[in-house]
Amino acid sequence: MTVFKHELRQGRSALIIWTAAISFMLGICIVIYPEMSTQMGDISAMFADMGSFSQAFGMDRINFGEFLGFFGVECGNVLGLGGAFFAALLGISALAKEEKEHTAEFLLTHPVSRTRVITEKLCAVIAQIVILNLAVIAVTALSVLIIGEEADIKTLAMLFSAFFLMQLEVAAVTFGISAFLRRGSLGIGLGLAAVFYFMNIVANLIDETKFLKYITPFGYTESADIIADGALNGGYLAVGMALAAIGVILAFWKYGRKDIS
Amino acid sequence: MNAVVTNNLTKYYGKARGIVDVSLTVKEGDFFGFIGPNGAGKSTTIRTLLGLIAPTGGSAEIFGKDIRKHRTELLADIGYLPSETMFYSGMRVKDVLRLSARLRGTDCSEEAGKLCERLELDTSRKIEELSLGNRKKAGIVCALQHRPKLYILDEPTSGLDPLMQREFYCLLKERNEDGATVFLSSHVLSEVQRYCKHAAVIREGRLLACDSVEKLGHTGAKRVTLRGVAAAPELEHIRDVKVSAEGVSFLYGGKADRLIKALSALPITDITIAEPDLEEIFMHYYAKEDGGNDGI
Repeated sequence: MTVFKHELRQGRSALIIWTAAISFMLGICIVIYPEMSTQMGDISAMFADMGSFSQAFGMDRINFGEFLGFFGVECGNVLGLGGAFFAALLGISALAKEEKEHTAEFLLTHPVSRTRVITEKLCAVIAQIVILNLAVIAVTALSVLIIGEEADIKTLAMLFSAFFLMQLEVAAVTFGISAFLRRGSLGIGLGLAAVFYFMNIVANLIDETKFLKYITPFGYTESADIIADGALNGGYLAVGMALAAIGVILAFWKYGRKDIS
Repeated sequence: MNAVVTNNLTKYYGKARGIVDVSLTVKEGDFFGFIGPNGAGKSTTIRTLLGLIAPTGGSAEIFGKDIRKHRTELLADIGYLPSETMFYSGMRVKDVLRLSARLRGTDCSEEAGKLCERLELDTSRKIEELSLGNRKKAGIVCALQHRPKLYILDEPTSGLDPLMQREFYCLLKERNEDGATVFLSSHVLSEVQRYCKHAAVIREGRLLACDSVEKLGHTGAKRVTLRGVAAAPELEHIRDVKVSAEGVSFLYGGKADRLIKALSALPITDITIAEPDLEEIFMHYYAKEDGGNDGI
C-alpha cells in the first residue's frame, strides 16, 4: 500500500485542480440551463439545424430542449474531454515519470517487486479517476437539485458510467504506453486523448469511417446514442475494454523486464 | 560465505558495451572497492546486481542467491546509494526517509535520527532546496538506516566535503566491524587505498585485476619527478619517461637504494617521489594485459 499512498499524495494537487475545473464547468452548464431553455424555446431546432456541426457532436439526433439532451452534449464535451485528458495524463506519467525524474533507482531498489509497483500504481490511477468522477457526480446531482430539473436517473447513471469506463480505457492504454517510455512524454498522452476525441467526430461526420468508433473510447460515450438506446453500445464497449486490458497486460509485461535507466 | 559473486557477468546496451565477462567475488564482511574511470562499467555492474538492468550474459549471486530469482528478497538486505541521488520533488527529507522505511516495511526512525545527527542533515528541509552534498547525505541515510547486511554504494563520496567524507567512512567502518559487507565504487584511488580491504579494477567494461588493496596499490612503482636534469638516469625498471623543459618524470619499479645511488650523481634541483596516480595504476594494468616487459 505504500506505493499506492505515495502516488495519491504525489498526485493530490493535480487531482484537486482537475476535479475542481471539471466540476465547476459542468455545474455552470447545468445552472444556466433553465435560463437558456426559457429564452430560446426552439433551441433544440436551432442546434439540430447546424448541419455538419450538429452532426459532429451528435446534436442532430438529440433533443436539446430536454435537459438530458442538453446535459448529454455538455457532459460529453466537458467531462468527456476533460476526463479523458486527466486520465491520459495519469496513465502516461504513471510509470514513465519514475525514470524521467530519476526516482526509479530509489523506488526499485527497495524490496518491492516490480509487479507490486505496477499494481499499486495502476490502482492509484484508477482511484484518482474514481474520485474525480464521484466528485463530478456529486456536483451534478447538487446542480440538478438547485435548478429543480427532473432527470432520468437511469440514463444519467448510464452516461456517467460510459464516461467513467472511457476514462479507464484511456488511462489503461496510456499506462501501457507509459511502460515503454523513458522520458514520460505528457504530449503523447494528451495527443492520444485528442486523437480519440476527433476520431469520434470524424466517425460522426463520415459514414464510411464509422468503424473508427470501435477504436476510440468516445464511440461508446456518444450521448445521443445512449439516450436513444437506453444502453451503451456493447460492441464498441467490448472492443474498448479489450484495448484497456491489452494496455494493462503490456504494462506488466514490459515494465517487469525493462532496463531502468 | 560470499556476499557477492559474479560469473562472467556481461551487459550490452544494444551494441554498446556495458561490461564484459566480469567475474568477481566479495566475501562476507569484506570492505570492497571497485575502481575505474568514468564509463568503465562500475555503475553497470552495480545496477545489474540490484536488478535494475538485466544482464545479457553470465550470472550473479548475492548471499548465495541468484539476483534475478530472489531480487525482492535480496533487496531487503541491501542498502544502496546511487551515484546521483534523486528523490521525489516536493517532499521533505524526513518524508523521504519515512517513505524509504515504509517501502521496507520497517520503522527506522531512531537509526535515521542518529544518522542525520552525525551527518548534520536537517530533515525538515525540502528535497529541492538541498545542495548536492546534502542530497547525498539524505541518500546515505536511506541506504544506512535499516542496517542492511550489504552496502552497495556507487561513488558515495562525490559531492561530500572532506570532513563529511571522513565521517561517512567512519560510519561504514563501524558497520563493517559489526559484520556488514561494504561494496563501493570509486574513481578516487586514495580513499579505496585507505579504507578498503580488497579491490577490483575495471576498465572499458573488463575486470583488469581483483586482489587485496596492498597488492594492488603497491605496484612497486613510484612516480619520480626530477628538476634540473634533462634525461632519466640509466637504470633498469624505468618506464613512461616524460621529458619537459624543467626536468624529467618517470615511473620507477626497481629497488629504492639503486635509484638513490643513481640520483646522487645528478645535479637535481628538486625531487618528488610519489605513489603513481590512478591513471598510472591503470597504465600498469594495461601493460600487464599487453604482456608488459618492463618488470614492474
